[in-house]
Amino acid sequence: MKKGVMRPGHIQLRVLDMKEALEHYRDLLGLIEVETDSQGRVYLKGWTEVDKFSVVLREADEPGMDFVAYKVLNNQVLEQLEQELKEYGCQVEEIPAGELNGCGRRVRFDSPTGHMFEIFAEKEQTGKWGVKNVNPEAWPRDLKGMKATRFDHCLLYGPNIEGTVKMFQEVLGFDIAEQVIDDEGKRPALFLTVGMKAHDVAFIECPEPGKLHHASFFLDTWEDVLRAADLISMEDVSLDIGPTRHGLTHGKTIYFFDPSGNRSEVFCGGDYHYPDHEPVTWTADELGKAIFYHDRALNDRFLTVLT
Amino acid sequence: MNTQTTAVDIRVHRVQVVNRNEEYQCREDKTLLVGMERSGAHAIDIGCRGGGCGICKIRVLKGEYERKRMSRAHISEAEENSGYALACRIFPRSEMVIESDHYDPATIQTK
Repeated sequence: MKKGVMRPGHIQLRVLDMKEALEHYRDLLGLIEVETDSQGRVYLKGWTEVDKFSVVLREADEPGMDFVAYKVLNNQVLEQLEQELKEYGCQVEEIPAGELNGCGRRVRFDSPTGHMFEIFAEKEQTGKWGVKNVNPEAWPRDLKGMKATRFDHCLLYGPNIEGTVKMFQEVLGFDIAEQVIDDEGKRPALFLTVGMKAHDVAFIECPEPGKLHHASFFLDTWEDVLRAADLISMEDVSLDIGPTRHGLTHGKTIYFFDPSGNRSEVFCGGDYHYPDHEPVTWTADELGKAIFYHDRALNDRFLTVLT
Repeated sequence: MNTQTTAVDIRVHRVQVVNRNEEYQCREDKTLLVGMERSGAHAIDIGCRGGGCGICKIRVLKGEYERKRMSRAHISEAEENSGYALACRIFPRSEMVIESDHYDPATIQTK
């Protein structure tokens, strides 16, 4: 957090059919539906999230990610980082306050991997859903499906991840928590954190720009991950892989797809990172184990299916 | 018999995948891709099953089908009109003859 970036703020995903998407994100993942804006975009959040929303769904004819945004400490930091992003050479666009309901001014910028990112300082704080902020109970009773607690991170695929990661490190103050290094010294996978989490965003090298691998949501326990797997079967949802454990970050996880083909993850556990920690390294010859710790084999679909 | 009726009155159609020399039976309420998975055949590559990733791109050579919306990054309007489709988004309405393995990452139209 040395440059004043606090955490992931929101991700805007494109879906082919809003009704089906809500059955996935609201009824299956258990996100809270917040509101629909004048453009027809639907806002959602995990119940533990204090800010008004963290997921925005937009109906479109091509699934994928429009942008992912990170919240900074205050407007002074926002102005400082906006200037630094311009000096760094990014194409920077200012999005006025209120373009997303309840969100302040956003600074949108491009990246070598072809993804659009945003930073913002202010968003309406509606508090955790269903519990008070004074003498709070343990959890609200009316949660649906997997009861996802928060939007946690996304994994993005594109060319020149070293370029995007350099920008995240030098301008935005992210650290590399984990990395994969091949025998030529190249790094095909980089996991970044801006706090103590194992990852706030991750990148994997791929020739196609601007691709989304998955959006990830946090659960409390392994039992919750197994229960998520049960719900995936009960609802006949498209499963990718799991429940299993990653080598990278050691998170316990399951992957599945939304009805437009965007990959979702729910996971629990995993490593932590402090700013004085060296990155954890996996060597590319152990990539199978790095990705799926139990299978220890490369999984073609997991590595190549993107939106 | 190429079109059968199941016990619950869901019609089932034969799907021939010419490039892989395979065929399977697919119910009308399942997509060509999910029907193939349930039959145990290995005739079409499996991706997201939601019309997003393009892995299961096929060309329909013969047969009637209904379609759900699929990613324009993988099926352009021109392709749609000449029979290209994602197998995870189309439902058979007659016996079908298709060609699989049309996914090519190099032709993706990114916005």
